[in-house]
This record gives sequence, C-alpha cells and structure tokens, in this order.
Amino acid sequence: MSTATKKDSKQNRPARGGQATMVEAIRQGIWEEMERDPAVFVIGEDVGAYGGAFKVTDGLIDEFGASRVIDTPISEAAIVGAACGAALMGMKPVAEFQFIDFISAGFDMLTNYAAKCRYRWGAGIQAVFRGPCGSGVHAGPFHSLNAESFFMNTAGLKIVEPSTAYDAKGLIKAAIRDPDPVLFFEHKKLYRLPRLREELPEEDYIVPIGKASTRREGRDLSIITFGAMTLTALDAAEELEKEGLDVEVIDLRTLAPLDKQAILDSVKKTSKVMVLHEASRTGGIGGEIAALIAEEAFEWLDAPVVRVASIDTPVPYSPPLEEYYLPQTKDVLEAARRLAAY
Amino acid sequence: MKRQRKQAKDNGQSVAVSDAPEKLSCTSETKLTHEQMLELYRYLKLTRLVEERLVNLYRQTKVVGGVFRSLGQEATAVGTAYALRPQDFVTPLIRDLGAVLVKGIRPREIFAQYMAKAWGPSGGRDLNIHFGNLEKGFIGPISHLGDMIPVMTGIVLGARMQKKDIVALAYIGDGGMSTGAFHEGLNFAAVQKLPLIVVAEYNHYAYSTPTRLQTAVENLADKAAGYGIPGHIVDGNDIIACYEVTRAAVEYASGGGGAVLIEAKTYRRKGHAEHDDQRYVPEGEIEWWEKNNDPIDRYERFLAGHGIATREKMDAITADIQREIDEDVAWAESSPMPDAEQAAYGVFDNSIVLPAFRPKVLER
Ligand SMILES: Cc1ncc(C[n+]2csc(CCOP(=O)(O)OP(=O)(O)O)c2C)c(N)n1
Ligand SMILES: [Mg+2]
Repeated sequence: MSTATKKDSKQNRPARGGQATMVEAIRQGIWEEMERDPAVFVIGEDVGAYGGAFKVTDGLIDEFGASRVIDTPISEAAIVGAACGAALMGMKPVAEFQFIDFISAGFDMLTNYAAKCRYRWGAGIQAVFRGPCGSGVHAGPFHSLNAESFFMNTAGLKIVEPSTAYDAKGLIKAAIRDPDPVLFFEHKKLYRLPRLREELPEEDYIVPIGKASTRREGRDLSIITFGAMTLTALDAAEELEKEGLDVEVIDLRTLAPLDKQAILDSVKKTSKVMVLHEASRTGGIGGEIAALIAEEAFEWLDAPVVRVASIDTPVPYSPPLEEYYLPQTKDVLEAARRLAAY
Repeated sequence: MKRQRKQAKDNGQSVAVSDAPEKLSCTSETKLTHEQMLELYRYLKLTRLVEERLVNLYRQTKVVGGVFRSLGQEATAVGTAYALRPQDFVTPLIRDLGAVLVKGIRPREIFAQYMAKAWGPSGGRDLNIHFGNLEKGFIGPISHLGDMIPVMTGIVLGARMQKKDIVALAYIGDGGMSTGAFHEGLNFAAVQKLPLIVVAEYNHYAYSTPTRLQTAVENLADKAAGYGIPGHIVDGNDIIACYEVTRAAVEYASGGGGAVLIEAKTYRRKGHAEHDDQRYVPEGEIEWWEKNNDPIDRYERFLAGHGIATREKMDAITADIQREIDEDVAWAESSPMPDAEQAAYGVFDNSIVLPAFRPKVLER
C-alpha cells in the first residue's frame, strides 16, 4: 500500500522546468520554493487533499504534509490575518483565495494590517496572497473579478499579474522571496491555455517584481496592458501589421509599483498610447497610467492617451452580455486605427 | 457504518443514525394534513427531478455555468421552507433549490437562469438561483458565503419597524458558518431579538473540506449558546421533522422570542459541483447514504406505510412533475439569448444615469 502512495506523490511531483502551462508553472514555482525554504507554507480553502479549486497546489500535501499545506475554514479574514502573524514570526506564507472575488472578505486585513506594518513599525510582512482572477469564462458577477484597482490606492501592497508561463513561475518565486506583501493575480482563462504552453528552464530563476516586459517592439503606437489582455493586444497587433501599423505591446507584469520607466520609454518611442485592461474603465489602472504619461511625457505625445477597458457594470454571466462587457480584439483594432489616424 | 455520526439529542428528538439501521422512515408526530403531505412530496420530488434535468442540460452543454446538486439533502430545504407562512422571507444557498420552489418560483425560471437566457429572471446577468422576487419573499443569495445572514437580519429589522409580522429564514452551510459575516449577522439578530431563523446544513463537507476542519464544536447547533439563542438539531433527511422543527421556530420567532438556530444533519452525495471528482470522500460513504438514508426513499416509505399515498399515487405525482419539467425546459429553450447591449443597462436607475454603453474611442 505504501508503495502505491509513494508512487502517487511521485507522479504528482512537477517536473523541474520542461513544457508547462501557466497553472503547472505556478505549481512548480511554489513547489520549488517550499523545497528550497522550510519557512514557505501554503494556506487556504481546499488547498490540501483537493489541491485547490484550480489544482494549483495539487500534490503539495503529499510531499510536504498537512503542517505546511493548511486547509482552512471558510474564513478569508483569518487566512490573511494568520498569514500576517506567521510572517511576523519569520514564516513565508503563500495564501490562496479560492477565487480572487473572495479577497473582499480579507480586505480589512490586507489593507489595514498587511499593507501598513512596515510603515508603522518597520515590520515587513513577507507573504503572498494569490488566486484566480478575471472574466471571460461565463462565471458571472462573483467569480470574475479583476481586483487590482481596489488595492492600487493602498500603499504597501505589491501587485503582480503574469501573462506567460515563464513569467508566472519566475514571478511567483520572486513574490515568495520578496520581503513585502504581494498580491498575485492569476487569470483563470490563462491557466490551461494551450497557447501559453512553453519550455521552462530546468534551473532556478526569478522574474523581478517591478519590471515590465516588451512583448512586441513597434514604432507607431504602444498598447500598455497586462494579464489576459496581453494576448488580445498581441492579436490586434498582428492584424494591424497587415494594415501597415507597427504596434508595440508592453506587458506591465507588476502593477504596483508600476514600471514607470518602461511606460515612458515606450511613449517616447511611439508617441501614441492605448492602455488596455479587463477591469471596468472608470477608476481602473488605465486612468493612473494616462495621468502618469500626461504629467511626465506630455510633450512627446501626438494624440490623447486612450483607454480601452470593460464597461462600467458588474461582470455579467450570459455569453453575449459578457462579450459586450469585455474589450474585444475588434475594439482594440478600432481604437488603434483612430489613434493612428490622429 | 464507520462514518456515521453519533446520536445527537435535543428536545428529546434524536437524529436517527445507527450502525445497521432499520429501514428509516419519517417522524409521524405532525400537524400536517394528508393533502399537505402530498404537496410536500411533490416539492421534494420536483427538486430532485429539476436538478436531474439540469445535469442533462449541462451534459448537452446547454447550461453555461456549473451545476450544483442537493442530491440526498433535498428534504432539509423543502421541509424547512414549507413551514414558512406566505408573508415570510427566505434566502437559499446553492443547495436549497427546494426552498426556492416551495416559495413559488417556477422551474422554467431556474432553467432559463442556468441557460443564461434573456427570459430568465436576471435576463442572463447572473446565474442559477442568484435572483430574487420580493413579492414571493425570495431573496437570492450572492456567492460570498455568510453575507446573506446580515441581509436577512435587515429584512426582519425593516419588517419590525413597519410593524409587520414577518419571519426570515436563512440557510448556511457547515462551511459558510466559518465566515465573519455569518457571526456578525446572527449576533446582531440575537441581541435585537429579531425573528431570524438560521438553518445550518451539516452535510459533512464544504467543497472538499470536512466539517471537523471548519469547527471544533461537535454540533453546529452548539454555537447557538454563544449567541444566547435556542439551538435545535434535526434529522435533515426526515422531511416531516424538518417541517415540524421549523414550524415551531416560526411560532417562537414571530411570537417575540427572537432568533433561532436549527441544525439539519444531512449528507451531500454529489461533489461540490458536477466537475468535482470527490477524491477526498472515504470509500463507501456515499453509497452508504444512498442505500440507507435517502430522504425521498424515507418519505415514500412513510407515505406508503401510513396509507397516505399508494405507489400508484406517487407515480402519478411524479409523471405530473415530469410533464411540468418538459414544458418548462421547452419554454426556457425557446427563449433567445439576451441582446449584447443589455449588458449596459440597470447598474443605476437609467432614468437618472444613462446606461453604461461601451464608449467610442476618440469619436467626437
Ligand atoms: C466568502 C467565500 N469564500 C469562499 C467561497 C468559495 N466557496 C463556494 S462554496 C464553498 C463551500 C461551501 O461549503 P458549505 O458552506 O458547507 O455549503 P455546501 O456547499 O456544503 O452546501 C466555498 C469554499 C465563497 N463562496 N465565499
Ligand atoms: Mg457543507
């Protein structure tokens, strides 16, 4: 019997590198950090035997045991608060929200406790708060959230959202090693997307927090985006190339602190900017980026900075409604053409 | 069977469980008329058959989101909701479809919701039982567990300010009870002596998490003491017992006694949703409940044993339900999907604030 169990957990052990989807990349990252550092542990709802609602923590409990892979009651405030306390003791929690929508139940702990500790008394909270975010899978108003804007206005929280498998692994490892609290948003539509399968290096690597990535070089206009919308931007850029437009795509990867330099460098190069994001337009990160550009690169601009985002409603369930809600490739194309013609 | 819970006692009522149970039936101490008992049977059967049809529709990819079953625990929602008076309010959880049906919501509304159709009560904006009907006293839940307890406290607070005799019933899972919102809501209702009845469903799991990892008390009803309110334990698979304990709670709450906590012991035989492989469930456990403690089997045994309904009568009721379901599925299927632009309406009162249409970039 014991051989059977052993075999199971062996099967569950992720490869080191190799071909991986985004979900596998994150699982590898957490696994390797837990092997590397006994202070790292996982805490959340159904993260143990079940392996998490999206199987990000699959197999961890067999390898590291229930003392380092902790199934909690349905108590997000307790998950965040206890993660903070454990971090103060030198542990390095990786806390999961079953869906990012439920981060609201831990909001107070995150914004008032985790975010302000270092500032108030010098105690950094080395903890990661992660979970599946994003819409486009017909999950309705309570399982589709993009939460970044709720937290952008809270000083003291880093915010990360990857768009490739390589980045997801490198960023989760960087987040776990970061001395401050990191919110780590994983777009659920990207978890198993075949398009994102790629070869990961065998050796240990991180992707630094706070650095954007130029996914596509271009001269005519810049699309500044992140997460699943990076793919929409790349699709649109390919289409626009046929029309003779050379589009640059910047994937922010980290939303707080923003990589201002990367944004401004791209503006200076193309002089026309679109900010593209999946959360609602009003109060979204697009406004912050547009303001930053207006303040620091005004004289480089040849056109107003435009925002393409979701409409100002909750995320609706029915496919035609959700399609209208979300920015589509055609919306990006239309905005890009107007911007180019400006 | 190894997994059975111990006998739990309250008010002289014991939860019928044992290692080798005789064929379980239902309690016969009831004020229900035979006619009401048949109506109760209809709702019980309707609940199971609507869910079975939803699974069929799901497999045909006609359901857009997930399907969540109450298989094996239908008696809890149906029996408790049936004890409410017409003016009373209820908020279900995903596994309380039975309570929604008892409150007079038609299966066609449920089918249209699941299929994300325009004719569904939310017009495709939200899923499954996430909608409401104030006239019928049905307040739909949101996904965030625990949040409905304070809301229902507010329902009865408002009603009391308006001098209305209204009781509210809210369901909560063994998992949802671990939220802060649950605690705040019930505590507030308790100190205000508001007529809130909370039915806590002990169905052994919250997603994959067993109840022992949710709470250190043996019975969810034990928590009532911490709020200074009465707590009752009922066999959640005995539909008549569920009805009776709630009827008494309605009387108590509406008579000025204040909040009540009822724990229903039951069992979730399906996974959290259709996709869940239930790998965390000990072998044989589900089969044991299916074979020995199915709420419909028990109630049918009761109805037949007491000469209330013959097998033929029950079959006739079932055939009638199937007809209604066929009709309602056809209706829901004939509904169009919503118009895309409908997404923009209804965030605010659109006579004051315009709909949130997608803005045209750089068009002026
Ligand atoms: C605040 C919050 N956190 C997490 C979830 C995700 N979630 C949905 S259902 C569920 C399990 C619910 O278990 P329980 O309350 O026992 O109800 P049951 O499914 O057994 O009826 C979880 C964790 C949620 N809906 N709300
Ligand atoms: Mg439960």
